[in-house]
Amino acid sequence: MSKIVIKNFNLYYGNFHALKDVNIYIEENRITAMIGPSGCGKSTLLRSINRINDIIEGVKTAGEINIDGANIYDRNIDVDFLRRSVGMVFQRPNPFPISIYENVAFGLRVNRITSNKNIINETVEKSLKAVLLWDDIKDKLRKSALTLTLEQQQRLCIARLIAVAPRIILLDEPCSSLDPVATRKIEELMMQLKKDYTIVIVTHNMQQAARVSQDTAFMLLGKLIEFNKTDKIFTNPSEKETDDYVSGRFG
Amino acid sequence: MREYLDYIIETIVFICGMLSIVFVVLIFSFLLKEGLSFFKDFSFVKFITNQFWYPSSTPLSFGILSLICGSVLVTLGACLIAVPIGVMSALFIAEIAPKGVRDILKSLVELMTAIPSVVIGFVGMVTVVPLVKNIFNLPTGLSAFSGSIMLGFMAMPTIVTISEDAIRSIPWQYKEGALALGATKWQALRRIILKAAMPGIIAAIMLGIGRVIGETMAVMMITGNAAHVPHSIFDPIRTMTATIAAEMGETVRGGVHYKSLFAIGLVLFLITFVVNFVADLFLGKNKNL
Ligand SMILES: Nc1ncnc2c1ncn2[C@@H]1O[C@H](COP(=O)(O)OP(=O)(O)OP(=O)(O)O)[C@@H](O)[C@H]1O
Ligand SMILES: [Mg+2]
Repeated sequence: MSKIVIKNFNLYYGNFHALKDVNIYIEENRITAMIGPSGCGKSTLLRSINRINDIIEGVKTAGEINIDGANIYDRNIDVDFLRRSVGMVFQRPNPFPISIYENVAFGLRVNRITSNKNIINETVEKSLKAVLLWDDIKDKLRKSALTLTLEQQQRLCIARLIAVAPRIILLDEPCSSLDPVATRKIEELMMQLKKDYTIVIVTHNMQQAARVSQDTAFMLLGKLIEFNKTDKIFTNPSEKETDDYVSGRFG
Repeated sequence: MREYLDYIIETIVFICGMLSIVFVVLIFSFLLKEGLSFFKDFSFVKFITNQFWYPSSTPLSFGILSLICGSVLVTLGACLIAVPIGVMSALFIAEIAPKGVRDILKSLVELMTAIPSVVIGFVGMVTVVPLVKNIFNLPTGLSAFSGSIMLGFMAMPTIVTISEDAIRSIPWQYKEGALALGATKWQALRRIILKAAMPGIIAAIMLGIGRVIGETMAVMMITGNAAHVPHSIFDPIRTMTATIAAEMGETVRGGVHYKSLFAIGLVLFLITFVVNFVADLFLGKNKNL
């Protein structure tokens, strides 16, 4: 069974129909990329998978998103628990204006996972190691997270997700504020994390989609036009719109 | 022609700017001159540590400890009331209230600033004072406690509006990030938003305190004006400001009593200056965040 099954999913911002009958099957331990021109609804779809769109006024949805077979839009779903098991990394690194250590410990504390100091220390270390940040910053864990470089901040944002052991990681253009070198490093990190998590990434950058992902979804004006293996989307797409987009004729 | 007009306007603006500076300097030097001339004959330390204020009886005694205590007590009381309510209201207006309610609340709070303090004093005198007397079974309701309530009410708008600005200036992404980690709305507010906005909130509190310390009319009407060191918050007290306002009319210009009132003004100025300075420190820190 697929990890995430999106069935006839629709989303409205007030009267604006932003997602139209989207259907996707996303597999475990793979990286799925979402591409498409600006405003086509990539972020909206991604933000529907952890229901962070709920906090925007006037959002209505119809259809289902199933994770491990359970519809997350069911009335009796625990949204806080959902958000902790489906982590999200945003376009601009948004570490909290507190210490590096507390950033990573935040998820453990708010979800009451543990208050045992040793376990928190271990988890902080493990999470920072998982994003290859530990060696650089192990001596300044008490410093403000805002003192880090943008790339380090984005790594920290990934580390604080890992601390609460999510099943899925969603990334919304995670490299758009980084330089090419930092971008490559974050991409390498994603490929390492793939074996433990299901990763969905929204990106503007088609080379990036081609480099990191195994599956690719192409969206246009709120519709999913084509979803297939990344190789196929970039070399031999079935739809004309996809072909036009990946060959750079618009977008 | 246009250059000529430009020049005139520039000159007017410049003169106005200079005038405001000149006025401040004049007022300050006047305060300094009259106040310091008092300390030529009386020791400063004694002035602020002696508790007996007998400015016109014999033997003369100029000690403002009781007045300082009165001001501090009523200010502390006002803070205990205004700070929690004010910060909570700011949080409510900035983060929780739906848009319609928020706009109404904001204009109401701004309206509160516009109530003259003599009106607040009067309302307090006929409502809060008898209520305090009856509830706590006191000989008189004219007390530090009644004063604190009304002053708290006066400090609240400053605290609410400035804290609200501070809270709203915290980037939306922080809240989104916290919620995306499974935090509840309240956890995101308390652990991230409030913490990040704290310098601004402290500045708001300091400015609120500044307003309360300098307040005269309302405290004169409600606190009983008894110049002695209070033993509890339910005692009548007298503040430094009320003393200046009440006694200025009876003094002889240039006399010791007259100068001593300026000395009180100087002490008051020192206190508000420190409070404002601390507020500025925190406001400045907020900008760098
Ligand atoms: N909060 C909102 N209220 C109303 N409309 C919105 C809101 N957020 C997004 N939209 C609209 O929904 C559509 C899809 O937006 P979305 O942000 O999902 O696009 P995107 O594909 O991520 O674009 P980009 O590549 O620019 O990030 C756009 O037309 C946008 O204007
Ligand atoms: Mg987007």
